Amino acid sequence: MKAPLKILAAAILFPVLTNAQLNKQEDLGRITGNFEGIGQYYTYDPDIGTPRVPEKILFNGFSNINYTRGDFRAGVRYETYQNVLLGFSPLYEGSGLTYRYAGYSVGDLDVTVGNFYEQFGNGQILRAYEERSLGIDNAFDGARMKYNTNGVYLTALIGKQRWYFDKGPGIVRAGDAEVNLNELLGSVLNGPTRITLGGSVVSKYQEDNNINLTLPENTLAYGGRFLLQHKTLSLSGEYTYKFNDPNADNGYIYQTGEMLSVSASYARKGLGINLSAHTLDNMFFRSDRNNSSQFQDLFINYIPALTKQHTYNLMATLYPYATQPNGEMAFQADIVGRLKRGTWYGGKYGTSINVNYSIATAVERTPVEDVDPDLEGQRTGHRYNLFKPGTDENGDIDQYFGDFNIEVTRKLSKKWKTKVTYQHLVYNQEVIEGKPGVPNVVANLGVIEGLYKINSKNAIRTEFQGLFTEQDKGDWATVVIEYTRSPHWFVSVMDQYNYGNSDEEKRLHYPNVNVGYIQGPTRITLGYGRQREGIFCVGGVCRRVPASNGATISVSTTF
Amino acid sequence: MKRLLSLTALLLFVSVSFAQIKGREVPSVKIKNLDFEHVNTADVIQNGGDPIIISFWATWCSPCKRELNSIRDMYPDWQAETGVKLVAVSIDDARNINKVPTYVYGQGWEYDVLLDPNGDFKRAMNVNNVPHTFLIDGNGKVVWHHNSYQPGDEEELYRLVQALSNGEELEH
Repeated sequence: MKAPLKILAAAILFPVLTNAQLNKQEDLGRITGNFEGIGQYYTYDPDIGTPRVPEKILFNGFSNINYTRGDFRAGVRYETYQNVLLGFSPLYEGSGLTYRYAGYSVGDLDVTVGNFYEQFGNGQILRAYEERSLGIDNAFDGARMKYNTNGVYLTALIGKQRWYFDKGPGIVRAGDAEVNLNELLGSVLNGPTRITLGGSVVSKYQEDNNINLTLPENTLAYGGRFLLQHKTLSLSGEYTYKFNDPNADNGYIYQTGEMLSVSASYARKGLGINLSAHTLDNMFFRSDRNNSSQFQDLFINYIPALTKQHTYNLMATLYPYATQPNGEMAFQADIVGRLKRGTWYGGKYGTSINVNYSIATAVERTPVEDVDPDLEGQRTGHRYNLFKPGTDENGDIDQYFGDFNIEVTRKLSKKWKTKVTYQHLVYNQEVIEGKPGVPNVVANLGVIEGLYKINSKNAIRTEFQGLFTEQDKGDWATVVIEYTRSPHWFVSVMDQYNYGNSDEEKRLHYPNVNVGYIQGPTRITLGYGRQREGIFCVGGVCRRVPASNGATISVSTTF
Repeated sequence: MKRLLSLTALLLFVSVSFAQIKGREVPSVKIKNLDFEHVNTADVIQNGGDPIIISFWATWCSPCKRELNSIRDMYPDWQAETGVKLVAVSIDDARNINKVPTYVYGQGWEYDVLLDPNGDFKRAMNVNNVPHTFLIDGNGKVVWHHNSYQPGDEEELYRLVQALSNGEELEH
């Protein structure tokens, strides 16, 4: 254990222990935490392409321990990978304390030292976050200060980002200001209109150790955002500009990066509508220019896919869109409405409808002939037009993804609930998966879900899913049957069947059984079977899992 | 070895009685409300001495939506009978956050909704997975919590809410 950690642990523990001995009545603060462990026994399954696992058993686990007392807080996270589960980066190797922090709030000022997570605006300029189940963690290690007064919110930070059990080479310096004009101006703006403005500056430093190119050691990005709300309407937008940042993801070109996002909403009880769009080019922004890992290493910013995050197995795991930070234009519309209960169209209990449409395309790019490809300022690669979609060699719009889906949920009686979903999708394998020369997947999907409450404790839930396509692996069907006994037990059986694969030998089943026991905040799950990657929802909990075959035990608890 | 000792010390330490989330007050974390205004969780998760349910959810989590949609139809009765308030904390990140108001209004939820797009409040409450539901008593202390949702769990939850409302002490 490193010396600063020991000091931190001592600082947390000793005053508390001493106090505890001296006076039992005194506020000792609180220690809380959580634990999660997942162990998997792997079966070699060449049919679905799993590798051989020499250890047979792999394990990921972590525990957070947090201490708070009044305005003081501190904590650590211990992580252990022995060895890391399939689907995670192999750089997760061994065990150790990967996260430790201490912080204090004095009035409107808040200071954190050690590790911390942060997001500016919607994250397109800066976002440090964790997604433990996916192995993503780009926490900063450094110092952060936050201050707010009268509707003005300021944040300043400096730090290096976590890179597995180490840190990335770049130092990130960043500041953000957000002003809520209604809070700041008080009565002047007292009305149904609310306005919030924000701005961010992010700079990274990384030594230039490239022998062929002269690289900028300091890269600056800046941006602004607004949020305008009037009664049931709201409009927001964010723009980010990044100075040239040659990196492994963009082929070390000296081109600038830009991103613009906008979102408009209307919402009243019973109806919500959201329209969102973003367009960007050259927005890979990592605190190590030489890292182009697929595991989301050292990202300073976060650019989410502007598409619906599906949860049904076939919709979520076969053809989900992955955002293209090197350039994409995307649009999404989402409508949620409720048909009144007691009407012929709404039924006795009312009906919910969700309609969603999204599309992502290339951004128009014009190649630039490099005069001297080694000379800084001339190696720009291309020019871009953020307001025009890119086209392919035939002049057609170069589409990356498209998804139209409609979901209808209706309670039929006290015992029966049903949900019917239809989806039509277009998926560009060449761009999203990097497979050259394959056609887009065009698929239709349908799901019928039923929930039958036998009585107040016991229920059965079923899903019948179908995916129909001429391309890639052809048609799929999935059946899920889940029995739950509130509040402790669930059993779930699932099979995915690739019955339409043009290669008869690949018409495989992906069966899966899960049994779980829940006691308050503790959940223990045993599973056996083949799993595809994606968001996996079973027995009342959603988690993201990689592809595998074998037996799994997972334990999760909060204390 | 030293590392192991320190860790053992920490683990021993958490086994003492005050080392758990039950009995703890709602921590003070700055997140946003459904109007994207900055709020402090300790200030807005208040209910004048009546019980509070805090439910962590996401638009991509089907069981979470099943739970909150089942409670929706009973919520007016629950409120009238016990004064309980439900605070639904969305952990949706930038990908879905703009669709949270759409969903909440579209489904006709009358809950207080908070937005925790970077997981700050989720971390402070030590939540691993959603749905995770906490019950807070009239003194602002966590008295019960539960991970996951099975149809019927809402009835167990409401029994506890009624007990709190009747002034029964739930074990901390």
